Amino acid sequence: MSSESFDPVEVAALQPETIDANVAAALSAFAAARSLDDLKTAGLAHDGDRSPLALANREIGALPPAARSAAGKRLGPARAAVRTAFAARQAELEAERDARVLVEESVDVTLPTDRRLVGARHPLTTIQERIGDVFVAMGWEVAEGPEAEASWFNFDALNTPPEHPSRDLTDTFYVGSPDSGVVLRTQTSPVQIRAMLERQPPIYIVCPGKVFRTDELDATHTPVFHQVEGLAIDEGLTMAHLKGTLDHMAEAMFGPGIATRLRPHYFPFTEPSAEMDLRCFVCRGASVGNPDRPCRTCKSEGWIEWGGCGMVNPRVLTACGIDPDRYSGFAFGMGIERTLMFRHGVADMRDIVEGDVRFTAAFGVEA
Amino acid sequence: MKAPVSWLAEHVEIPVGVTPRQLADAMIGAGMEVESVESGADGLSGPIVVGRVVEFVEEPQKNGKVIRWCQVDVGEFNAEEGSPRGIVCGARNFQPGDLVVVSLPGAVLPGGFAIAARKTYGHVSDGMICSVRELGIGEEHDGILVLPAGSASIGADPLEALGLRDAVLDVAVTTDRGYCLSIRGLAREAATALGTGFRDVTADLPAPDGGAYDVHIDDPSGCVRFSARAVSGVDPSAPTPDWMAHRLRQCGIRSISLAVDVTNYVMLETGQPLHAFDRDKLTGAIDVRRAQPGETLTTLDDAVRSLDPDDMVVTDDNGPIALAGVMGGASTEIGTNTTDIVLEAATWTPDVVARMVRRHRLPSEAARRFERGVDPEIAGVALSRCVELLVAHGGATAVAGYTVVGAPFVAPVIAMSAQRPEQVAGMPISRDDVVAHLRAVGCVVDGGDVLQIQPPPWRPDLLAPADLVEEVVRLAGYDRLPSVLPAAPAGRGLSERQIMRRSVSRAAAAAGFSEVLAYPFVSPAVHDSFGLAENDPRRNAVRLVNPLSDDEPELRTSMLPGLLAIATRNIGRGTRDLAIFETGLVFQPRVDAAPPRLPGIAARPSDEEIAALDAALPDQPTHIGAVLCGSLEPRGWSGPERPATWADAIEFARIVCRAARAELTVHAADTPPWHPGRCAELRLGDVVIGYAGELHPRVVSALGLPERTCAVELVLDRLPEPGPAAGPQISSYPPVLLDVALVIGADIAVADLQRTVTAAAGPLLESIRLFAVYDDAERLGAGKRSVTFALRFRAPDRTLMVEEATAARDAAVAAAIEEHGARLR
Repeated sequence: MSSESFDPVEVAALQPETIDANVAAALSAFAAARSLDDLKTAGLAHDGDRSPLALANREIGALPPAARSAAGKRLGPARAAVRTAFAARQAELEAERDARVLVEESVDVTLPTDRRLVGARHPLTTIQERIGDVFVAMGWEVAEGPEAEASWFNFDALNTPPEHPSRDLTDTFYVGSPDSGVVLRTQTSPVQIRAMLERQPPIYIVCPGKVFRTDELDATHTPVFHQVEGLAIDEGLTMAHLKGTLDHMAEAMFGPGIATRLRPHYFPFTEPSAEMDLRCFVCRGASVGNPDRPCRTCKSEGWIEWGGCGMVNPRVLTACGIDPDRYSGFAFGMGIERTLMFRHGVADMRDIVEGDVRFTAAFGVEA
Repeated sequence: MKAPVSWLAEHVEIPVGVTPRQLADAMIGAGMEVESVESGADGLSGPIVVGRVVEFVEEPQKNGKVIRWCQVDVGEFNAEEGSPRGIVCGARNFQPGDLVVVSLPGAVLPGGFAIAARKTYGHVSDGMICSVRELGIGEEHDGILVLPAGSASIGADPLEALGLRDAVLDVAVTTDRGYCLSIRGLAREAATALGTGFRDVTADLPAPDGGAYDVHIDDPSGCVRFSARAVSGVDPSAPTPDWMAHRLRQCGIRSISLAVDVTNYVMLETGQPLHAFDRDKLTGAIDVRRAQPGETLTTLDDAVRSLDPDDMVVTDDNGPIALAGVMGGASTEIGTNTTDIVLEAATWTPDVVARMVRRHRLPSEAARRFERGVDPEIAGVALSRCVELLVAHGGATAVAGYTVVGAPFVAPVIAMSAQRPEQVAGMPISRDDVVAHLRAVGCVVDGGDVLQIQPPPWRPDLLAPADLVEEVVRLAGYDRLPSVLPAAPAGRGLSERQIMRRSVSRAAAAAGFSEVLAYPFVSPAVHDSFGLAENDPRRNAVRLVNPLSDDEPELRTSMLPGLLAIATRNIGRGTRDLAIFETGLVFQPRVDAAPPRLPGIAARPSDEEIAALDAALPDQPTHIGAVLCGSLEPRGWSGPERPATWADAIEFARIVCRAARAELTVHAADTPPWHPGRCAELRLGDVVIGYAGELHPRVVSALGLPERTCAVELVLDRLPEPGPAAGPQISSYPPVLLDVALVIGADIAVADLQRTVTAAAGPLLESIRLFAVYDDAERLGAGKRSVTFALRFRAPDRTLMVEEATAARDAAVAAAIEEHGARLR
């Protein structure tokens, strides 16, 4: 059969020399391409549907079966070589283009990007939250109460004698009339009274909030300030527990190893009572008697006055309907402004209260 | 209370080597608040020496003054060859041979006054002869200080002899420790702190016989006891001894006359305030009673005081002669001719004195002690000390007789378990230590496991076991307390509302707002500046009785006055672009709030009593407000300035509500202080929670704010607790995006149109976003505007067909046409 004797070599396009020539032409065309567009054109010419190699491929289908394999083995590697060369050249040209274009597109990344107003939270807020979190982590709760408060909660129930000077118009803001029985709370302690009236022990609460006293604003005083007070009422609570709680809080706020010191004092609300000092977290006491290393934070005293504390006076428990023979408790309180001033080195109270956004901005969203 | 260490040392054994600072530290450890340790020499430095005036020449000057050119022998400090120093002195109260205090070149006197050799009045003055005032130890400046002959050697340090090296402790005495307002009390504390011996003030007491003066107590509720002694023949010209004047000065009390100085000195020594009456000015018996309505008294400060029926007064036949325990009267005052004196030492009821001090605004050293409680048993000793001192230094004769009227002191007996102190402290304190500490305080202690304790008369504050526990634990040492963390039961964490407030605050800060904290004090004038109507509820404010500033007597009913004041301050300081916010309480008076009856504290008040206390309080809802001015984005390389507008104020409300997971709707409103055409009412459902927008131009100009200042205020308490967020169903099928442009009447609120479109588009509508609004009378017709929404449709369970989405959009358009007269463009 003539078909059986058909020799694929007789198809010109499948002649090895032709194939080789077409491959060589393709490779040199690719190499000659100077741009991706050139390369695209060369690619169509040498590997497109109408390219000699593609047309040669079509001839294979017309060959007798016995000849197809050999022709395929010749043409396949040839086309693969063309495509490999195309891809390699394309990669080269793309790299060149990228190098050029991305350089052209480069910007000055040091241009300022600060056009939006930056917000911040007041450090008095975030410090109160931070203290609250320290106690919440121990199972305590954060309690709140009104700022205009019944004087019974603010004074009487706290065992403040009727003639105590703190009740004076010179110390306490009165609301409405001097005998309205309503004051701007001078401490957050009335929140403790409310908690004790509302529920039976165990009570473990911390009460941050705004308080008021009739001081003129100056570098160290403000008529509106913030306190945090804590109250724990349970069976068997002792001054040792008070000390432990304060030490824990001091460490949480000022760092490991910062302990507290108690000094006897007098508060009507507590008995025994103490003033509480904080180990200076800057010099840790190293400045005491050491004039070469003075400490501005503690004025070289080694301790910083932080607040007051004590065991809740049994009279207060009784006034709140808690059996003082069964339960005992402790309470403590400290000023947030003061804490802010020495924790963050703020020298002037006025900066804290005047609302200058530059002050708040310095503290960001978490003091 | 200022206490010279030399005076304390007369009553407490201070071991050799214990410095005043160490003494102070020991007392601090025992609970005394020693605020400072100072001495009179603190302001003095350099060579200050004793000199002897050898001779002087008086030289009249052109200005009429006569100076003395003195030669002063200062011993080893003399000039070379041992010749005396030449010093110019303006005073003339000394003679050759007198000992004087000389400050030599290099010395510094109080107030930083540096001494140098300087030329004056034609001589080089090689130092200065000092007056009492120049040394900072007194007011006298009429002449120089002449030391008693033979009291010091030439060239020696005069400060020791003058008592200026003596340290003075300044102790802040707490209100429960009246007895520490005395040398006696502080010395007792020092002795306890140091663990050394204490010597009480003592004196010979005659037996009470009523013979000093005739005294009656009419109202024992105000006067526990009244004691009196008398002296005669006091030399009115007798001076106060220097040592006494010096001690008074160290304690901050001015020397006046011997009789007055003696009563003050003994008060400092014993803590018992005393009063001296000129016997010749007394008429008839002394009667102690309440004042009668209409009575007046001229007090020692020459003020005529109208007396209140609650005032306790000392009277004679002519009426009130002293405001009990507070201040004496002018009519019986010790004068320059007084020779016969009646001395009073009384025990007044603390709260009676406290009320008189407040009523008459008349704080005094005496009242300070009576308010805190005075040892009722020390009166006799104090009187005898006064008599002794007047006899010794005033040439007086003690008049026989000692009057004591009133109730004898009976110490209460307090029963306390010996284990109680260690139970409270949480550290071991043995029974022996408990007893020893209580005795150190002055208690009489008896009993076994349950101690029977009689507090001393100078400790009226010791009333209950808790008071005694404090004494024991403070003496056991607070520094010994172990540190033990209590185990609280598991807590509930922050409340939903607390978490919500934090979320809101963080969201506001993240959006570029800075938190501020304004005072809640406002001026009523701000309501006018805001243009509030006469009956606007925000005018109904809580007023303070005693505001710091009479201009700002009200408590805020809105956050805006405080925020706007802070905005003004920031702008005044050069900040141009501002976004601030504040969360806080506002105060709204309750209608018909009447002063409640105050419950006692002997037991828990009833629920009704507590409710009555609460009912008297103003409502105090939590608000959040914000103010914006300038631009939110300043002009920059990447774009033009973006001024803060009414829209940003409303967006603040949306940020707050989003943080609280509340669905806010916005409606046009006209409410002061906002711009009538740029004010939004903010609602959650039907509940109005606040307003936002641009401020009224008149408000802006009245408050001096930048033009177009914007503000927003929300009642944060009206936002419900968020509760857990509902998780969404996220469809992974592709969306169909369709735009729809509608022309509507300009009077139609876009929010209403959007609600209609959203509702009618049905559940396939995933989101809707308005992206263009314009009005163009030519193309759209007058009073019309075009709004274009981008609609995104998606099915939860399949690839949505375009036809379905189109049908949904068409339904939305139909509804818009139907409800708002819209036209599809």
